[in-house]
Amino acid sequence: MSARVLEGREAPVLSLRDVSADLAGRRVLDGVTFAVQPGEFTALIGTNGAGKTTLLRVILGLQPTSSGTVELAGARRGRRSVGYVPQKVLLDPDMPLRARDVVALGMDGHRLGIPVSPRAGRVRRARVEAALASVDALDFADARVGTLSGGEQQRVLIAHALIGEPELLLLDEPLANLDLRSQHEVVALLARVAEQHRVAVVMSAHDMNPLLPVMQRIVYLAGGRAVSGSTEEVVRSEVLSALYGHHVDVLRVHGRILVVAGEGDEPVRPPGEEPGSVESGIVSVP
Amino acid sequence: MNALFAPGFFTNGIVHSALIVGAVVAVVAAVVGTFTVLRAQSFAGHALGEVGATGGSAAILAGTNPLWGFIGIAVVAAAAIELLGVRQPRSRDLATGLVLGAGLGLAALFLYLGTTSQSTTGASITVLFGSLFVVSMQMVPSIVTLSIVALAIVVVCYRRLLLTSLNPDLAAARGVSLRPVSALYLLALAIAVSLSAETIGAVLSTALLVGPPAAALRLTKRPIAALVAAAGIGVLATWLGILLAYDSYTWPPSGRGWPVSFFIVVFVFCFYLLAQLRGRKVTRG
Ligand SMILES: Nc1ncnc2c1ncn2[C@@H]1O[C@H](COP(=O)(O)OP(=O)(O)OP(=O)(O)O)[C@@H](O)[C@H]1O
Ligand SMILES: [Mg+2]
Repeated sequence: MSARVLEGREAPVLSLRDVSADLAGRRVLDGVTFAVQPGEFTALIGTNGAGKTTLLRVILGLQPTSSGTVELAGARRGRRSVGYVPQKVLLDPDMPLRARDVVALGMDGHRLGIPVSPRAGRVRRARVEAALASVDALDFADARVGTLSGGEQQRVLIAHALIGEPELLLLDEPLANLDLRSQHEVVALLARVAEQHRVAVVMSAHDMNPLLPVMQRIVYLAGGRAVSGSTEEVVRSEVLSALYGHHVDVLRVHGRILVVAGEGDEPVRPPGEEPGSVESGIVSVP
Repeated sequence: MNALFAPGFFTNGIVHSALIVGAVVAVVAAVVGTFTVLRAQSFAGHALGEVGATGGSAAILAGTNPLWGFIGIAVVAAAAIELLGVRQPRSRDLATGLVLGAGLGLAALFLYLGTTSQSTTGASITVLFGSLFVVSMQMVPSIVTLSIVALAIVVVCYRRLLLTSLNPDLAAARGVSLRPVSALYLLALAIAVSLSAETIGAVLSTALLVGPPAAALRLTKRPIAALVAAAGIGVLATWLGILLAYDSYTWPPSGRGWPVSFFIVVFVFCFYLLAQLRGRKVTRG
């Protein structure tokens, strides 16, 4: 199998062993194995349709697996401690919720009843304030959440995910729809969060370049299969060629990494992939 | 004074019970209806009202109060929608539409049997258009109990309802099981629709259910404030409707009065327009 597991000293917060999942009768994840250590920043990289969203939903238990095991550190102690920011959430502008209300729901949205106690209210407000501050969202804390821009909503949702003090934070393409500056800000923010709160961050992206400075592990998905390890271990022509089932070149240019489908040799290609195609999204021409 | 409050308004027993029952039902409709709007389930609310009319007319045929028939069928229809329905709004609307179609045929049959066999034309009119003035005093305890059940569901599930309405995946990731929340909510909706139908009729019940919340959502960005505002608007529209309906007994064509449901719906609509004008500034800030 092409997957590798790094041995860590601590028990991993997340470990997947030989996980497969089928959607509508098609194998979308195929023997995915990797583990994430506490506080580690992991990039989940793959093209459109590679299975990133499916993998995150499997980890959350929102998508059933066909085989394999998913272990979450918190689940062993009977406590859920996973924060999640789904892909492309667009919040309804009619929702009578301020940004701060959405963040508060990340803390107690599963509880029953209406919160009324003033003492608990003060503690609650302070925690919400801190979570908003940690994502630089205080400026729009009182705006109706559906009227915020995509990037602003993104921050609010990160605060919503963080306020439950998770050990693992899963973000599905949080950089899509952000301009370059906001991308850098969000990446820096997540790296800071991972470091300060010792939260393991797993975020998906189709382009690894914005994450290169901060990521400690890469899980590279292609055709439902995954390789995991450090960037140097995984992002190499031999490893990725084996994963894709045809030759790909890895080019390092100006500190950026480009993965380009190779030419010339006849590929052993997985079903549904064009021979010699450029893996769109991973290739980026500077 | 007499021009506004026709003589006897404050001493009339029928008016008293109409004011009380009307207010209770308006509060339930507004609170449940706020989530109907947020969950984009107005169509389900409307369908439950129409399908419930089947039960209402069947109950009249069987000689009991239409409310029981209404509730019974509305709960069954809600369960059917929940079982057929999936999470995508479009599939949910399809499931709702299927249940609606099946129910309406039966409603037409029962109303037809009801009007021809027993010459109870008035009863059929009551099922379809309701009347606060004919709600009998015996029904008040049942109406209050049902109201408490519906409100309790919303209060207990309040935060889960907000989170699932905001985004089901966020809720599921927080460990909220979506099925029980959605099933309980549909039960509350079935009750709210049945109560509205009992007072302002099956045809107009959706107006009381979604009108005041739609107005309230223009006015505030806080969830509790939205619920309170919706309830206030609903009660006000209902009371003003009762007042005008009482006054209308002296209006032409004289003697019979205008239907109270008509006035309530007109006021609901006016409040919505006012909120629409007022609410443009409230969204950001
Ligand atoms: N509900 C579904 N039913 C059937 N197939 C699905 C479903 N959802 C996803 N798939 C398929 O599973 C594969 C993986 O989808 P997934 O959404 O996990 O990809 P992704 O890596 O997140 O892509 P993107 O970058 O576009 O978000 C795709 O080929 C997709 O067509
Ligand atoms: Mg995806």
